[in-house]
Amino acid sequence: MTDVVSPVSGIPKTKSGRRDIGIKRRYAAERRFRTYGIAALSFGIIFLMVLLWSVVSKGYTAFQQTMITIPVEFSEQIIDPQNERATNPQKLLTANYPVVARNSLAKALGVSVDDRTKIRAVGQLLSDGVRTQLRDMVVANPAIIGTTQNVALLAAGDIDSAFKGQINLSVAEENRKVSDLQVTWMNQLAETGVLAKHFNTGIFVNGASSRPEAAGVGVALIGSFYMMMIVLVLSLPIGVAASIYLEEFAPKNKFTDLIEVNINNLAAVPSIVYGLLGLAVFVNFMGLPRSASLVGGLVLTLMTLPTIIIATRAALKAVPPSIRAAALGLGASKMQTIFHHVLPLAMPGILTGTIIGLAHALGETAPLLLIGMVAFVANYPTTPLDPSTALPVQIYMWANEAERAFVERTSGAIIILLLFLIVMNVGAILLRRRFERRW
Amino acid sequence: MSTSLILLIVAVIGLAGYVLGARRSLAVAGGLSSKLHSRPGYYGSFVAVWAIVPAVFVLFIWLVASPTYISSSIRGAFPEEVKAQSEAEQGLAFGMITSIARGMNVLSLEEIDRVGSNPVDLRAALGAKGVPLAGDPQPYMVEAAGNLNTMTYVSRLAMTVVVLAVSGLGAVFAYRLIAPRFRARNRVEKVILVSLVVASSIAILTTVGIVLSMLTEATRFFTHVPAWEFFFGTVWDPRFAAAGSGGSEGQFGLIPLLLGTLYIGFVAMLFAVPIGLFSAIYMAEYASPKVRSVAKPLLEVLAGIPTIVYGFFALTTVGPFLRDLSSQLNGLVTGDYSNFIQAQSVLTAGFVMGIMLIPYVSSLSDDIITAVPRALRDGSLGLGATRSETIKRVILPAALPGIVGALLMTASRAVGETMIVVLAAGVAARIQLNPFEPMTTVTVKIVNQLTGDLEFTSPQTLVAFALGITLFAITLCLNIYALYIVRKYREQYE
Repeated sequence: MTDVVSPVSGIPKTKSGRRDIGIKRRYAAERRFRTYGIAALSFGIIFLMVLLWSVVSKGYTAFQQTMITIPVEFSEQIIDPQNERATNPQKLLTANYPVVARNSLAKALGVSVDDRTKIRAVGQLLSDGVRTQLRDMVVANPAIIGTTQNVALLAAGDIDSAFKGQINLSVAEENRKVSDLQVTWMNQLAETGVLAKHFNTGIFVNGASSRPEAAGVGVALIGSFYMMMIVLVLSLPIGVAASIYLEEFAPKNKFTDLIEVNINNLAAVPSIVYGLLGLAVFVNFMGLPRSASLVGGLVLTLMTLPTIIIATRAALKAVPPSIRAAALGLGASKMQTIFHHVLPLAMPGILTGTIIGLAHALGETAPLLLIGMVAFVANYPTTPLDPSTALPVQIYMWANEAERAFVERTSGAIIILLLFLIVMNVGAILLRRRFERRW
Repeated sequence: MSTSLILLIVAVIGLAGYVLGARRSLAVAGGLSSKLHSRPGYYGSFVAVWAIVPAVFVLFIWLVASPTYISSSIRGAFPEEVKAQSEAEQGLAFGMITSIARGMNVLSLEEIDRVGSNPVDLRAALGAKGVPLAGDPQPYMVEAAGNLNTMTYVSRLAMTVVVLAVSGLGAVFAYRLIAPRFRARNRVEKVILVSLVVASSIAILTTVGIVLSMLTEATRFFTHVPAWEFFFGTVWDPRFAAAGSGGSEGQFGLIPLLLGTLYIGFVAMLFAVPIGLFSAIYMAEYASPKVRSVAKPLLEVLAGIPTIVYGFFALTTVGPFLRDLSSQLNGLVTGDYSNFIQAQSVLTAGFVMGIMLIPYVSSLSDDIITAVPRALRDGSLGLGATRSETIKRVILPAALPGIVGALLMTASRAVGETMIVVLAAGVAARIQLNPFEPMTTVTVKIVNQLTGDLEFTSPQTLVAFALGITLFAITLCLNIYALYIVRKYREQYE
């Protein structure tokens, strides 16, 4: 017991007589380590910025659409030469409206209708969507035949891209989709204000279309809305009920342990597996229609449930036991304690968790691909059983299109999706700030 | 009557039961609610429960059972020569009968009379009403279709009557039980408890559903393709799932897909782990609360962005950027401006997936690092260690099991990630080691095999379920092991 701790040997003494414990080296290592941390953190944040910037810079133009506003002459010669619209209403539906628009535009440009090559180039300035646009006008009011009306016509996708400066005009003429002549016309029209960019309402209301200028996320928005409603209506009550049981009533036994492990695992199951489940059970076994938002909603419900259960349990756990004890002490039954006191106090936390779960479900794509939501749907679905598509699936479909204008549309749709997500998340944060109680 | 109308009527009966029950309870107590065992609302709820729950239960059973019963009795009445045919032929015949039955509901009575049992006329008449038939109907089919319609009609009628009767009787039964000493609250609470248990068992049902549905479909796949050929095959070439292509001509080797999945996951982890871990260390140990309160939510935004957005980012920004960068580099070094990185490649997909995984790694490790007890830190710092030495020598070793668990969970995300690889990894299933070339993954092939027109008997479609159960098994193992590690680690410090 007389051992004295011997001084540390082996550390060389410097000239001044102080031990060199490598303090400089160690501080340098400290600074290095700290820099790694800052670098890693900034790398992550920079990439977030790059990602958002790349989407926004590509997509903000999608909210503007080039329109050509010209006096359109609804010539009876072209629409209904034999004057048979009184007897055959079909005639007005099948009339050659693109020619009506083309000739009016040619007149505005001063191009002769008889110059075949030029007149074709004029026609290419306009979107094929003018067919339905003019048709709907005439069918709604046949009296405009023979008159001249000022109409804002949809410009063709390529002209739209060229006008927004997205087509490299220094490329040789035969290698791009817009000819020099068309560019000249475009600039000529733009100078007089005939051709101009307007706010693009079409992207919010139109359905699927093979032409980028006429394509929109209208159907997808409705489909996503139906699905979110189904997810909310099913997963909130079921999730809350399950959490109440597990948190407040469940005895500690093998069965509840199994449910616990299960829920934790379900939260980590790849989303595509839920798609396979939906395909096998809801579509194949129960015979629900493919592409229906009902099936999508059910699949997303199963996927969201674990998230909601985990959030709800945390919220229930945060309510202090004194609340329960007080209620029980005043003679409330256990059920009354929970439903009258604990649950209302936990509600802000539950709703926050639910909104975050819904936001995840809104952005989920993979399971929806498997149950047939990859569909070309041009008509609005009226019930959740109608074929429909969803916002992220629409993005996926557009991302696979080759045309330049679709890249713009895709980014535009992503911006819409991200805006929804931001609104939901900010809502969740505000809810938490406003109502959360710290005990 | 339509199902939703029946449900509505049952709901109305329930509502009426609630109001009447509550009133009745007050009436039997002479208007003094203090004489009642439970509050009047509970008596009302008790009546409503009796009016709704049994009726809905009966309705559900009826809806499930009656189509099965009807179809089996129609099939039982098939002529002998039809019964002798294969199962598939009988299925076709039954499908035709249901189409005819649907069509006959559309046709008016006199139209049916006019057509009589002439099969060709019937087909034309139905076609004119927008009900296409696969072939000319045979006389027995027309008769069976008539039977089908009658049975469906009778079943509907009977269902309506029975369900409404059950609802009404339930309400009356419960109503008559109401008395001051009757313990309505206890009964109602028991019902609530049962529904809570049912809700929480949905989690179990989902897992059972996943496993069962995928196992049955995968077993059907393994009747076409032997299991060892699937699990150990090195060639993926499923051919087309065209109807009637007959037999399994394609080769379904899992190995190239699995290698692609693991390779891309590995590249992703290569990016995500150092960045995520260092961010977590910085935020937990160095950052001021102010920096932390800004940086942490910003990183978490990365986790909130849908994966389809990452996929699009990889497809339109990262892929072309890497491709052009490689061609520039190549040009500077060799003078040959051809790109050596493909736009769709393991690197592109792995890199973007890595960005996506950063917040998972950082927030999970952040939790674990902050859970290391203060005393360990203070001890080390008190002995003169610098902060980085404390982190490297004390905190990280202490947190290591937890971090490994977190990394395993992240890896399972990487394996199951779909949209990024669908858009950025390519579809070529091959075995190679160059990260600049495209490879494909299990999830990409599940999506490829299941989009488009499907025929649920061909191995080309069913293979997706075999892939799915492989994926499920891999992620399940990773997760259970990770949870086990994390839980054990947590116990260590509690």
